Amino acid sequence: MLLIPCPFCGEREESEFHQGGEAHIVRPKDPDELSDAEWADYLFLRKNTKGLFLERWVHLHGCRRWFNMARNTATNEIIAVYKMGAQPPKAAINKPPKTAVDKPPKAVGKGAKK
Amino acid sequence: MVDGYLRQSPLAHLHLDARAANDINVTDAGLMLGERRHVGMINLRGEPADPAFAAAVKKAVGVALPDGINRSSGKPLSIHILALGPDEWLIVCPPGTEDSIFGKMTKAMKPLHAAVTMSSEARTVIQLAGTDARNGLAKGCPLDLHPRAFGPGQCAQSILGRADILIHQTGSNAGSSDASYDLFVLRSFAEYVWTWLEDAGREYGVKVFSPAEK
Repeated sequence: MLLIPCPFCGEREESEFHQGGEAHIVRPKDPDELSDAEWADYLFLRKNTKGLFLERWVHLHGCRRWFNMARNTATNEIIAVYKMGAQPPKAAINKPPKTAVDKPPKAVGKGAKK
Repeated sequence: MVDGYLRQSPLAHLHLDARAANDINVTDAGLMLGERRHVGMINLRGEPADPAFAAAVKKAVGVALPDGINRSSGKPLSIHILALGPDEWLIVCPPGTEDSIFGKMTKAMKPLHAAVTMSSEARTVIQLAGTDARNGLAKGCPLDLHPRAFGPGQCAQSILGRADILIHQTGSNAGSSDASYDLFVLRSFAEYVWTWLEDAGREYGVKVFSPAEK
């Protein structure tokens, strides 16, 4: 269970929230000009990132407000939470994740390489 | 002509007054449950940064807006305001006073960018009290209800069992685990939440009471 910091209500349990998919998808200004493939891309195709991912969440059973979240999809580390319409905080995005996902764990104890 | 509208609480079929009369001599119950019927509720949306908005609300209702989200202002049994979100409030008022407050509010909000919606019939209020009110709630609610995190005057929207609720802590007794809460429950979930609470309170002992209105 994640503790999610709602920008309005503070930390609440994940069961009060719903995830709303990838954030920052802009509706094309002139949909008529798009090819079918481009329209399908806008409508259906979403990233499936391992690592830092910007996504929308809604505090559905709380204040019912939408907000954005930068989350590491591999470790579930919540890197930043920011309001709708805002850009992700740069410092948070460039920060290396607390837990390296793709590196094997360091050997410890007797016989560990120094 | 429209037929007279028979206003009925969503828990009317549970005959809670009869049960309260039956339970009147119960003294060892840890969880006390009662329904406050027909409490007036008015939903308010507006721009909190606009000083004219806050002033107009205070003038019309007689109670200032709460200091922050999930806080309340005013007194629990008279008019009080619960802050539900950054630009959303619930004005709660004693049964029978909602029409006049609604009238005053719509008039006061007319020149402003705001919305006033009557929602009295949408929810009923279940009152919880007793030494195990907090324990009973904590069984099915993900909120941190510990006194250091949630105290009198605070409110929050959350879940109880599978139902959405609005919790308002109305009181506590220093030095004991006594706490009292107003639980705002959507009409169609009222029976579910009530029976859920009775079940949760079985180990503490449940006493049904009839809450006093001022």
